[in-house]
Amino acid sequence: MIRIGIDVGGTNTDAAMITQDVVLASCKIYTTGDIMSGVRTALSRLLEISGQPASAVSAVMIGTTHFTNAVVQRRDLAPTAAIRLGLPASACLPPMTDWPTDLRDAIAGRGYMIAGGNEFDGREIAPLDETALRGIAAQLRAQGVGSVAVSSIFSPVNAEMEHRAEAILNAEMPGVHVTKSHEIGRIGLLERENASILNACLRDLSRTVITAFRDALAQSGIQGAMYLTQNDGTLMDAGFAERFPVMTFASGPTNSMRGAAFLSGVADAIVVDVGGTTSDAGLLRGGLPRQAGIAVEVGGVRTNFRMPDVFSVGLGGGSIIRQAEGGITVGPDSVGYRLADEGMVFGGATLTTTDIMVAAGGASLGDRSRVADLPPALVRDARRAITALLEQCVERARISADMLPVLVVGGGSILVDHETLAGLPVMKPAHFAVANAVGAAIAQVSGETDRVYSLATVSRDAAMADARKGAMDMAIAAGAAPDGLEVIDIEEIPLAYLPGNATRIRIKVIGDLHV
Amino acid sequence: MSEWGYVIGEEDLLPLSLGCAVLGTGGGGNPYLGMLRTRELIRAGAQVRIIPFDALDDTATVYALGSIGAPVVGVEKIKRGDECLHALRALERTTGRRADALISEEIGGSNGIEPIAIAAQAGLPVLDGDGMGRAFPEVQMTTFFIYGQACSPAAVADDKGNVVTFDPVDTMYRLEALARAVTVQMGGSAGMCTAPMGMAFIRRAALPGTVTQALRIGRAIVDARATRADVLERLLVVADATLLFTGRVTAVVREMKGGFSVGMVMIAGNGAYAGCTARIAIQNENLVLWVDDAVMACVPDLIMMVEHETGEPITTELVKYGLPVAVIGLPAHDLLRTAQALDVVGPQAFGYAGIDYDTHRL
Repeated sequence: MIRIGIDVGGTNTDAAMITQDVVLASCKIYTTGDIMSGVRTALSRLLEISGQPASAVSAVMIGTTHFTNAVVQRRDLAPTAAIRLGLPASACLPPMTDWPTDLRDAIAGRGYMIAGGNEFDGREIAPLDETALRGIAAQLRAQGVGSVAVSSIFSPVNAEMEHRAEAILNAEMPGVHVTKSHEIGRIGLLERENASILNACLRDLSRTVITAFRDALAQSGIQGAMYLTQNDGTLMDAGFAERFPVMTFASGPTNSMRGAAFLSGVADAIVVDVGGTTSDAGLLRGGLPRQAGIAVEVGGVRTNFRMPDVFSVGLGGGSIIRQAEGGITVGPDSVGYRLADEGMVFGGATLTTTDIMVAAGGASLGDRSRVADLPPALVRDARRAITALLEQCVERARISADMLPVLVVGGGSILVDHETLAGLPVMKPAHFAVANAVGAAIAQVSGETDRVYSLATVSRDAAMADARKGAMDMAIAAGAAPDGLEVIDIEEIPLAYLPGNATRIRIKVIGDLHV
Repeated sequence: MSEWGYVIGEEDLLPLSLGCAVLGTGGGGNPYLGMLRTRELIRAGAQVRIIPFDALDDTATVYALGSIGAPVVGVEKIKRGDECLHALRALERTTGRRADALISEEIGGSNGIEPIAIAAQAGLPVLDGDGMGRAFPEVQMTTFFIYGQACSPAAVADDKGNVVTFDPVDTMYRLEALARAVTVQMGGSAGMCTAPMGMAFIRRAALPGTVTQALRIGRAIVDARATRADVLERLLVVADATLLFTGRVTAVVREMKGGFSVGMVMIAGNGAYAGCTARIAIQNENLVLWVDDAVMACVPDLIMMVEHETGEPITTELVKYGLPVAVIGLPAHDLLRTAQALDVVGPQAFGYAGIDYDTHRL
């Protein structure tokens, strides 16, 4: 089976073709303004290099920053309404209270609260106010709003009201896109609701983008299935991605970490992805990135996404070197993709980290004679500054005294010619420059549940079984083969300050793609 | 009274919530939602004045209030917003004594902000002080109750407008048990208000200046981050705290015990503490710190964990494997160090029979 992974970044579009555990071809091209022609170019180049016919490609996995960027740049966002089911609870904080005004304006954000929602143990806070919901639907239909996010209190425990609300909205507003919060996130109403609203406002764009990706594949003659990668390093099929574009957030770092694991054959390591502008370091455990535990902001909005815990510094292959009074500074600004024009070894006038590495003899690239006159002290100090930043990354990602290897990947890996960093051995796997595309190509499928159970009323075993089944259903819905699903993470947190054995159970399963 | 104290502005809310979280010593819940609520009230025109104890004469009536329940419930079932206000009004009706000011039961965590949000709705000032100087898990663990606040009447209120008034109640321990049982029926979180206190009693029994202390700590963190100064160093100076340990969390063990999350955090030392191992016993809050098996600090002294670089306070729910942390200590107020107080909030009250507070006090 031949798979192609594509990582569409802001600067580069990376692509890799793999079969079993062999990389057949890879390429790196600049991301084009319309994105899709870049994807087409990458696809045709892979086919050309590998000599494989398009018909041999059974699946294409795409990692994209398109949706993150749309939110960050406040563009292409659909007018969206947020309806919360939970009154009388939560009345003091209406939806989008903590949003930046410009983002709220960009989606013409309308927030509503009506009676409904559940308690932690599943009891109703109040019956769903269907009359009020129909009234809101009529209003939204009149205003031409086509995207709605519905969030019900404790819907991760009981999703019934969100389902009912969706049915009513579908009946009253034919063609409406409804995002239900329990499908998006975990316990933590505000964060889950925020993520749901972000998802809803991306629904128009997701249809356009997914269609364009499909067209790019079709034009390249590829008939295999298409998937997008999510923030936890797993896949969703194109139909699912169209419904849940928000799940693509932060998939880039995850892909490069998983790609590094695959390319090196190492499952436990620190991965440093050196790009053009930043370096991202994270910890790989059992082949998967370690997840961040605290709230993650996207475009200024607090969410509770499953994001890898990644530490970033402003160090990349294009980072600008300056001599200041206190000594040498590196970055955080970068010439980025203009390195090939502006870097000194390429005939430009800007001193970059790449120029320093060439001058120091750590890399051969461009015209070395152009940096031959750099003062040796400058080169030495700049290299030290680069090393210090890299070691800071490694130290920050390291969480134990274990002698883990450091896997270095990414287009800016030229900055690393070290044998060790922070005392740990450095490895650069083959195809390191396109590790992110490889990571996309090998991605698996996952499902997750996060619910609170009252162990006074159900047995712990029954609660675990219910949570596991919920996670497996999610994975199968996302495209996993039902056989061979594996539980990779179980977290059981007793709820503090409450008797009655209320316990929060989070289970994650992962499995191979059903092709 | 208008010349006393200061008015809380929108810009004070982030520092205040950070400071409250630091003083939460790992517990007390996240003040983020309370901060947002208060921000909305202030934007809508409400004014809350923080006043020193000297601002009121001895005849003034003060009510202490705060939330009761599980922080995890609180982040999902956000408050209606006036639960504590309903509990307060019920007690005012029962006793016939109107509130002249509010005071926080516990400055640590979300309850440091709660009285401010309620004061914004009730048009009352908030006294610069509280009953714990930190966070504790149970209702009776305030200097108010320790030094003789009446156990009743007390009231809890839910988001549906239900209020349960406890009157009479025989002991503060029974009040804790009853209030918590009702809280579960109310959906796991509720607003609570306890019996009115005279200002003369407050002067004797409350910990003064803790709202301002939280603000000062929070401002130091915000300011140090903005100027890229050493956050930890600034925090130690402004809080007058002692650095007890630095390192990385290597294990977190949690289990259930009587409705509370009990556990142990293990930390491998780095920097000046390289080669040493620290252990922190947690029951929602950080209770005891050992370094290489020697007790370094214990309740009621404050054992606070912050993320080393950012100064971000770490709650016992968020503490996780690999986190780089600094553990800092702050002596508890003298009112928490008497024999009478130690019976309620000392190591023995938390099941550490073998730890003598006076031997290990900071």
